[in-house]
Amino acid sequence: MDANGATTSSAAGGGSSSKSSAKKNSRKPKYSRFTQQELPACKPVLTPGLVIATFTIIGIVFIPLGLVSLSASEHVVEIVDRYDDSCVPPNYSNDKLKFIQAADTNKSCVRILPVPKLMKKPIYIYYQLDNYYQNHRRYVKSRSDKQLRSKSGEKDISDCTPEDKTKDGPIVPCGLVAWSLFNDTYGFSLDSKMIKVNKHNIAWKSDKDHKFGDDVYPKNFQTGGLIGGAKLNSSLPLSEQEDLMVWMRTAALPTFRKLYGKIEEDLPANKKIQVVIQNNYNTYSFGGKKKLVLSTTSWMGGKNDFLGIAYIIVGGLCLFLAVFFILLYVIKPRPLGDPSYLSWNKSPSGQPN
Amino acid sequence: MDSESVETFYSVESALSSSSIRSNFSIQSKASGRNSIREVNFGDLGSKPVRYGSHGAGSETYSISMSQREINDEDARLVHINDPVQTNERFEFSGNSIRTGKYSILTFLPRNLFEQFHRVAYIYFLVIAVLNQLPQLAVFGRGVSILPLAFVLLVTAVKDAYEDYRRHRSDRIENNRLASVLVNDQFQQKKWKKIEVGEIIKIYANETIPCDIVLLSTSDPTGVAYVQTINLDGESNLKTRYAKQETLIKIPEKDNLTGLIKCEKPNRNIYGFQANMEVDGKRLSLGPSNIILRGCELKNTAWAVGVAVYAGRETKVMLNSSGAPSKRSRLETHMNLEIIFLSLFLIALCTVVSVCAAVWLRRHRDELDYLPFYRRKNFSEDGEEENYNYSGWGLEICFTFLMSVIVFQIMIPISLYISMELVRVGQAYFMIRDTQMYDESSNSRFQCRALNINEDLGQIKYVFSDKTGTLTENKMEFQCASIWGVDYSGGKAISQDQKDGYFVKVDRKVLRPKMKVKTDPELLQLARNGKETEEGSHVHDFFLALAACNTIVPLIVDTDDPFVKLIGYQGESPDEQALVYAAASYGFMLIERTSGHIMIDIQGERQRFNVLGLHEFDSDRKRMSVILGFPDKSVKIFVKGADTSMFSVVDRSMNKNVIRTTEAHLYSYSSLGLRTLVIGMRDLSTSEFEEWHSAFEVASTALMGRASLLRKVASNIENNLCILGASGIEDKLQQGVPEAIESLRTAGIKVWVLTGDKQETAISIGYSSKLLTNKMTQIIINSRSKESCRKSLEDGIIMSKKLTTISGTTNYTGGTSGAGLTPVALIIDGTSLVYILDSELEESLFQLACNCSVVLCCRVAPLQKAGIVSLVKKRTADMTLAIGDGANDVSMIQMADVGVGISGQEGRQAVMASDFAMGQFRFLVPLLLVHGHWNYQRMGYMVLYNFYRNAVFVLVLFWYVLFTCFTLTTAITDWSSVLYSIVYTSLPTILVGILDKDLSRRSLLKYPQLYGAGQRQECYNKKLFWITMIDTFWQSAVTFFIPLLAYWSSTIDASSIGDLWTLAVVILVNLHLAMDVMRWNWLTHAAIWGSIIATFICVIVIDSLPFLVGYWAIFEIMKTGLFWLCLLAIIVAALIPRFVVKVLYQLYVPSDVQIAREIEKFQTQTESGAVEIEMNSILDTPRR
Repeated sequence: MDANGATTSSAAGGGSSSKSSAKKNSRKPKYSRFTQQELPACKPVLTPGLVIATFTIIGIVFIPLGLVSLSASEHVVEIVDRYDDSCVPPNYSNDKLKFIQAADTNKSCVRILPVPKLMKKPIYIYYQLDNYYQNHRRYVKSRSDKQLRSKSGEKDISDCTPEDKTKDGPIVPCGLVAWSLFNDTYGFSLDSKMIKVNKHNIAWKSDKDHKFGDDVYPKNFQTGGLIGGAKLNSSLPLSEQEDLMVWMRTAALPTFRKLYGKIEEDLPANKKIQVVIQNNYNTYSFGGKKKLVLSTTSWMGGKNDFLGIAYIIVGGLCLFLAVFFILLYVIKPRPLGDPSYLSWNKSPSGQPN
Repeated sequence: MDSESVETFYSVESALSSSSIRSNFSIQSKASGRNSIREVNFGDLGSKPVRYGSHGAGSETYSISMSQREINDEDARLVHINDPVQTNERFEFSGNSIRTGKYSILTFLPRNLFEQFHRVAYIYFLVIAVLNQLPQLAVFGRGVSILPLAFVLLVTAVKDAYEDYRRHRSDRIENNRLASVLVNDQFQQKKWKKIEVGEIIKIYANETIPCDIVLLSTSDPTGVAYVQTINLDGESNLKTRYAKQETLIKIPEKDNLTGLIKCEKPNRNIYGFQANMEVDGKRLSLGPSNIILRGCELKNTAWAVGVAVYAGRETKVMLNSSGAPSKRSRLETHMNLEIIFLSLFLIALCTVVSVCAAVWLRRHRDELDYLPFYRRKNFSEDGEEENYNYSGWGLEICFTFLMSVIVFQIMIPISLYISMELVRVGQAYFMIRDTQMYDESSNSRFQCRALNINEDLGQIKYVFSDKTGTLTENKMEFQCASIWGVDYSGGKAISQDQKDGYFVKVDRKVLRPKMKVKTDPELLQLARNGKETEEGSHVHDFFLALAACNTIVPLIVDTDDPFVKLIGYQGESPDEQALVYAAASYGFMLIERTSGHIMIDIQGERQRFNVLGLHEFDSDRKRMSVILGFPDKSVKIFVKGADTSMFSVVDRSMNKNVIRTTEAHLYSYSSLGLRTLVIGMRDLSTSEFEEWHSAFEVASTALMGRASLLRKVASNIENNLCILGASGIEDKLQQGVPEAIESLRTAGIKVWVLTGDKQETAISIGYSSKLLTNKMTQIIINSRSKESCRKSLEDGIIMSKKLTTISGTTNYTGGTSGAGLTPVALIIDGTSLVYILDSELEESLFQLACNCSVVLCCRVAPLQKAGIVSLVKKRTADMTLAIGDGANDVSMIQMADVGVGISGQEGRQAVMASDFAMGQFRFLVPLLLVHGHWNYQRMGYMVLYNFYRNAVFVLVLFWYVLFTCFTLTTAITDWSSVLYSIVYTSLPTILVGILDKDLSRRSLLKYPQLYGAGQRQECYNKKLFWITMIDTFWQSAVTFFIPLLAYWSSTIDASSIGDLWTLAVVILVNLHLAMDVMRWNWLTHAAIWGSIIATFICVIVIDSLPFLVGYWAIFEIMKTGLFWLCLLAIIVAALIPRFVVKVLYQLYVPSDVQIAREIEKFQTQTESGAVEIEMNSILDTPRR
């Protein structure tokens, strides 16, 4: 440091070098807005105006949204027919299980469904199962996605017990999910004229293209000791078995619908549709319900008023809160940022000075 | 006190005896209780129980007994000089290579893992991960379940590995440094790590000493070597070390130097060393002044030769290099309770699930065999029916319970621990980088030595402060003198003609003291006139005593001007430095000091004095003396010391008037806050001198109890003194101390000052630092017995109660604003504390102290300081902070919840023991009020938020379990569950924990009362925890049930709705955070919105993997309007209650912090100017 004094009078270069050496020696933290925690920042404070505006805006947005949803839901025409009980002949009504398990009983059943309103095409045909836990842990794990995807994964059946293999080799598709494939079928006719049911493109395109292999063919399927559901056409690759794909997209909730097919024509109002149901699927053992659903669709899916009502309630609540805060602000305003409200500025009685 | 009591006087330690001279106290049977004022052997505090009161401090008795005891053979290490082979033959002395690294490449993994698993939380997660590996319980994929723990372990391991790498690297550099070592009678360069005990090492000027060596000879003919110990204890002044006369004359290369050193086993006492050396059949004793320790630097000495006695890890510096003690923050301790609540909650959830599962299994037990989604029976094996994956319903329930623990594991937030560490590192970064806590004068930044108690800084209720060096600068300045009963204190300003100060011309060169001292013109005149008059001769003797009676070493430094040289004084005591500079300014300039003589330039005339004997200062005698042989063959002893010890050895025949006026002057000096020393002298007759000389010779070569013998010799000669006068030295208050104390007290922090100084000095410093004000009533306790202590305490309590209840209210903000309130100050001295601490009187002292707004303890010993801290710590839940700078503060720094070291003049011991270290006392204000407040607020919020964040997710999982037959299926994919707390939501909370500020620095400093938020635990408490948990319940319910009802009896599949829940939860918790962020800078924006976007990306990536069940689900569901409507509804409905409560609280029950934020927002423009001025007084450093 002694040298510094001597060099100051010399060339500018010397001066700057001594300056930089002095800088190096100093451990003073360099100033920056970041290190001093002084980054430019926005400091929102909840002013009454902001609060009221927020609630008003939410209310104004939510109520119309709710109304739109409700009206969309209103426009959906839906026919729901529960047939699990009615499709059991009266003589078996005390022992439905026996009826469904017997191989020789006549399982077909005719239902007449009135069309309440004009149903515009496409009309979606669903089957709905109640109290059916497709999300049961044992069930969802009992599948092999590798096996479904390509022929090379055929032996990948470790997760599939108890439906993993038969004497003849691995089951394709293996596992409980595939084994319990839904096997009721529906035939529709209007005025004795068959209605064509389009069963193409009922599964996701992604499933068809990537998840279910086109070189994977059903093998040893439903040949074991216990038949769980539908059989598969072993000459068709899995990528064309759309019913299986739909079924294997396991449902999230114990009451669910699965797409069965589409009707590509309008159904006029006040007509009656005749449905011939092959009632094969056993839900009687656990008290599950089976329903057939015909439904048109809207931009927000099927018929469900819940969300519309929820939106109206939330929106209404927000408007109410907006009014409440306006009143509160008018009746008992508190000046923001008034130092006299600080606790140490208050007199002991608790009132601001 | 008469002469026979002097004997007993020595055995009683200082603090006992240091009572003021006015109260003549008698030594009681208590005298056996020793009270220490010496350095505490730091680092040992935790290991043994310490009594704080007064009795038997371990370290003290240890060092005394060591000096009085011959070293036993089995306790000794034998070093054969210049014979490393024989030295190391029998004994396993460590080599000189050091290893500070903890791990080697091989041991890193096991040792590091072992250390990490000391955390209970990690063991919990390990157990869960192991459980998940069992096939029956595998809920998550096996790899997935290990991931979070592995991630946490990896991050910590990488951090540890990097730190260790740096240690290894510095070790390598250290070990490969070179030193000259005598090999085959020649000095050769040798790497440090090769040096062995017993080898002779030569060190040149400015070199670092490679190991602990005993000096044999130096370039100085008298055998003096100067060392700088800055690396050891941070003291920058030079210390003198001596080689023994017997070895001095030998030249290592030629004379085959052999001998045997018998010394203590390696220990960590850097101020003690005890050894004998046998050279040429003579036994010499060695002491601390004969050893140079590793890490010191040789200065002002061309070379020094020594023999290595301790090497490598056995050197004193290495033995002392223990890390800071680990403390646990208050918030974390509280948090553990909440973690227990969460665990109970977790157990409750799991119980609900398993009970429901049991009920379901019982009710469906007849159907299970064929149930399509259960299928208990397996028919595939040759028609044989057997149960598949079913172990009886009792075990199934048990499995269900364990599985639910696995699924709900993140209820206990593992990520919280790592987040807290990261946040603390971030906070420490900002504290270190704060320009307002940088000390220009010592060029030191703030240091964060403990990384786990940042948030405690925001909750401090008691500050215990040392005085000297902490409140004051410990830069002594000579202010005034009282000589022969005349007060000279006129030197208030440096007048024009004295601008250059005193100087001496030698060979046309000018020699000038480095530091100028204000001089009193009258005294200066007297000093110049010489000793013709009686007055003049007293002045002459007085300044001669100042110049001679010390251990200062003068150093002559060149300046730019070739004709001007500066003389600087180096010494261990700042008081002595000040005195020598003062003497120089009055014309008594110390020019040269060797071990045999000193050269003093008296008014331009050089005089040489033989130093015949020097009794060093010790804390028992509290004085030092030097025996000078004058040029005219007369012998005089000069003594200087504390007034208490000096007046007890005064010549009784002396003029009483002089003594009385001197005492009066002393009293007035100390009332001004000056440190006083009394100077005395005596002529020694030849017989007296001879007698002393022989006693001194015997004592200084004694092998047994040398220290006490020397003390006795000194006390025998230091009597019948003629008091020359007294000096007053100002210990200047540090910059900004009064303002800082004012701020701290406004903030509701109780400041207690614990000092070793006299009561008068302490009180005057109390006034000048605004600790005491004229409005205060002082309760002074200095009692000499337990009974009187009890009585004064009781009186004090009654009085303080009376005074504080007049106003009728208790004022928790420290008594600055209450009207009609008389603040009470308690002043208590160390002697009283002896009777109070460790006895039942502690309780009354505590009560009394609580009623007082100021507590001042004077004359306290180091262990008493710790005792006072523990007195408060034991009795309240409030946080304590101790701040100090010297070795005597170490015990209190370690005792307090937060220890702050001042890296000042008195060495680094306090810093080494502290949790935080800084340069100045006033930095305590930004540290506590600003950083402490921020840290506490951030950490408190972050912990609560982390609890909420994980609980919301767990509850969403839980609700779903209720709709899956209680079988712990998760709609949310495993990957999302794992990534949730690592990727989806971790970054914003960490960033907010580091960066968010509720208030600006300016407002926090303007309204110190805002600090109360931390003291009242406003940011983290049980109420907030439960409110947060209720909110969590609501939010999770909304998140779960809106999609459930919207998608009931629809075609929705598990993966799609799982994605919806994932995104909803992530957006929800991030917006929840966003709602609470108080300062939005670009980093916050990036983190919060970035996290949401990252989550979308992650979900999309996960759903693009064809081998997973949920392939393409996110794309399918994002196409539908219902998805977006659900998302919007969830977020708005979930946040409304919290928002409403927040608004109501902020608008109608505003906290101080809230109002201050509003003030900041709406009134900044109008007030900014005024605030700036106000702040500058505390924070003088410019912004840039």
